[in-house]
Amino acid sequence: MSVTDVRKDMSNLTMTVVSHWDAPIDKVWQLWADPRKLERWWGPPTYPATVVEHDLQPGGRVSYFMTGPEGDRHDGWWRVISVDEPKRLDLQDGFSDADGNPNDTMPTVSFTVTFDVLTPNRTGMTIETRFPSAEAMAQLTEMGMDEGMRTAMGQIDAILAE
Amino acid sequence: MAAADNEHGQFDLVLHALADPTRRDIVRLVLREEHSVSNLARCYPMSFAAVQKHVAILERAALVTKHKHGRERLVRGRIEAVREVARMFDQLEATWRDRLDRFGDVLAAPDTNIQKSTTKQGAKR
Repeated sequence: MSVTDVRKDMSNLTMTVVSHWDAPIDKVWQLWADPRKLERWWGPPTYPATVVEHDLQPGGRVSYFMTGPEGDRHDGWWRVISVDEPKRLDLQDGFSDADGNPNDTMPTVSFTVTFDVLTPNRTGMTIETRFPSAEAMAQLTEMGMDEGMRTAMGQIDAILAE
Repeated sequence: MAAADNEHGQFDLVLHALADPTRRDIVRLVLREEHSVSNLARCYPMSFAAVQKHVAILERAALVTKHKHGRERLVRGRIEAVREVARMFDQLEATWRDRLDRFGDVLAAPDTNIQKSTTKQGAKR
């Protein structure tokens, strides 16, 4: 498992995932910078992603769609806020309609991805996800308050822990 | 879906309520057993009114409920509200763990055209 740490900050609505990879930093960067590589990991196997536009520079846009098992199509985009190759990426991720126009009824999530050289052949990658509101987060994780309450007791300790 | 919107707005109240250490502590206490507000007020170096205000914020977020018991009003924790927030974060974590599993697969796959590579070493973890 390459994920080494997951930090959840409930009150600031952020989650940070730290991962380590046995590869040089440039190679890890390529998985974001090369659209053919990006589409192989971004979407789950049941909703494979196809990247359409890929302009990874400040102000640039990346657009993609994911195809569901019923042939249903879900369009998404990134707005590229800043790029510091191969060390840092700031992105916004949102949904769009089939014409590629941003869908304002769905929330936008911000990401910051930082890449660190640990050794010449080992790279750290930290992804911070920020939600604009808890409502947005609930909408995107597609859950309702009325669903079953099955969380283990240990998770309550985690959320209440300082 | 106005009902759903209200429920989502409820998450903001929950997170706001849990953002304060005193309020987190109160939730911890009243999840274990019921306490009156005056009883709670004795646990913290602050005025009764201040503790009462914290309880009101928790009540609005549905993290606690108050009910009458004789002359006292007892505060009780609502575990369901806490669980829902934890679940939301767990789901997000699962999404990223899956995604990074695939990230690892792509990273380990041979750099050249995949169809060409019959040896496929490194493609499987």
